Amino acid sequence: MNIEQLLFALFALATCGGAISVVICQNVVRMAFSLIICLASVSALFFLLSADFVGATQLMVYVGGTIVLLIFGVMLTSSSTLLQIRTSPAEGFLAAGIGVLFLSVFSFTVWSVDWDRNEAKLAGVTAVEGVAPQGYNEASSGNTVRPLAMSFVGLRPDKAGKAPGYLLPFEIVSVHLLVVLVGAAYLARTKRRVSAES
Amino acid sequence: MSLILAAESLAEIISSITGCESCSVAIAAVVHVALVGAFFGLPAAVFIWAERKVSARIQDRLGPTRVGGRFGWLQALADGGKLVQKEDLAPEAADKPLFRVAPYVVVIASFAAFMFLPFTDGWSAVSLDVGMFLLFAMLSLEVIGVILAGYASGSKWALFGGMREAAQMVSYEIPMSICALVPIVMAGTLNLNEVIHYQSAGWVNGLPPFLHWNVFNPVAGPAFIVYFVCATASCKRAPFDLAEAESELVAGFLTEYSGMRWSFFFLAEYASMFLVSAVAAILFLGGWDDGFGIVRSLKGSSTNVLDPSVILGNAIGAGILMLKASKLVLLQIWVRWTLPRLRIDQVMTTCLKYLLPMSCALFLAAVIYPMALVLQTGRPQLLPLSAPITKAAVATAIETDVEIAAVDGEVTE
Repeated sequence: MNIEQLLFALFALATCGGAISVVICQNVVRMAFSLIICLASVSALFFLLSADFVGATQLMVYVGGTIVLLIFGVMLTSSSTLLQIRTSPAEGFLAAGIGVLFLSVFSFTVWSVDWDRNEAKLAGVTAVEGVAPQGYNEASSGNTVRPLAMSFVGLRPDKAGKAPGYLLPFEIVSVHLLVVLVGAAYLARTKRRVSAES
Repeated sequence: MSLILAAESLAEIISSITGCESCSVAIAAVVHVALVGAFFGLPAAVFIWAERKVSARIQDRLGPTRVGGRFGWLQALADGGKLVQKEDLAPEAADKPLFRVAPYVVVIASFAAFMFLPFTDGWSAVSLDVGMFLLFAMLSLEVIGVILAGYASGSKWALFGGMREAAQMVSYEIPMSICALVPIVMAGTLNLNEVIHYQSAGWVNGLPPFLHWNVFNPVAGPAFIVYFVCATASCKRAPFDLAEAESELVAGFLTEYSGMRWSFFFLAEYASMFLVSAVAAILFLGGWDDGFGIVRSLKGSSTNVLDPSVILGNAIGAGILMLKASKLVLLQIWVRWTLPRLRIDQVMTTCLKYLLPMSCALFLAAVIYPMALVLQTGRPQLLPLSAPITKAAVATAIETDVEIAAVDGEVTE
């Protein structure tokens, strides 16, 4: 067992532990804190896989986003109705069923991949082209930002520019996010009643 | 980022001396952790002492004079010794596990961000292509600890402090990140060391190299000021210290803390002051570049890290970065003891009505300005710091772009 496997085990355990305690905890703020542990450990797993950009985004968007959840948790828990969240047995049963189904789909996918052949294929790619793709070799492990960004603006450095980039999906997602933001601002603004005299 | 690769260059040197492969990796990792830990802890201790001395001088007092013989230079150590001995208390109404864990969250978030700082060319614990992005992600986690501390203390003062801090952080993060993007866009990389390389140059046309620093750029200069204001706010420093506002909220989110846990919050505050100042120095003030080409000429083109002149150049570079960051920390201390605290509504107005539009305008200017300048003068800078770009070079660059676009078009069709 090398150090990478040890770290993987550690963070995988933290991810699962955090996820389980989100379900078990009944206090909103503790739930949010468990969620932070879970999501931060997932980002650590991304770093172990040399997916720096995804890991950093996970940290920035999901863990940072949980802060807002935490704030709302704190603000809402001042009224005692939401301090404790209790689920009915029916909800628990339904959630458990969906969870088990999801787990079985995941397990099926993981077991259906022939990992040894995959490794051999990857090794073959490196052997044929002489160099591993950028970001996957020893020296520049995880440095994938530049090819990623080039792909987003429409160039594909990994395919020598001969494949469509991700500019259109990227733009669609960003416009969608803008619509969501405007909608959220509209819903959250204070509605002042205009009096007839003024 | 491979965690093992982080210590690789040092490990190679150690293994070439000792001949042991696996133990050299372990030794290198320990050396890295110890070095980053020292860079995290020592400046914090020095700045706590500096804060006492500077505040005393500003208020016409002497400050600590006795501990350590003269100038009270060991005062921080004495404070630490006192705090360690205090009883570790948690209030009856507190949410005890969260109350205990909150200081660690703050310290770890601040410490983790130190990993990505390039103290000098090639001397960083982890050098990454996403360094800047990850550093800001880490910095934004600090607020979790403050909100947790505010909630878990079970006291209304702490809760008010925590909520104020949350509101302040969530809003000041935006202009801060946008301003940090200005030099990133100019250098075209998120790697902090490459941003410094972009600002470091030799003498051109008799003009000193420090004119390459981003702060002397007409767009990045104002961005530096806006960044520094936001950075001060993100460290909860006066005039933005609403979270602990002692005259209104007892001590804000720190009300129920004492002893070691309280000192952890303090350590994190001073460490993150140093961190944001170091980031400001890297992004805008040239980082380890001394401004007169000394480090560059010492290092030359040698790539051997054990070369004495390279080591000397790197050491001078590290000293220069520390000096720049320390100056900015002193500026923060000076501001704290000079300006009165803002009200919470004034804090939000400053950010959302002034700093945010300013940062957006600066970001837009950072994108348009170099383009307009190249079209007008043929150079990406205002001063003659580089040879003008010839029309032929531009034309070939455009042609290759057109070719790529044509290839793209074919594929999509």
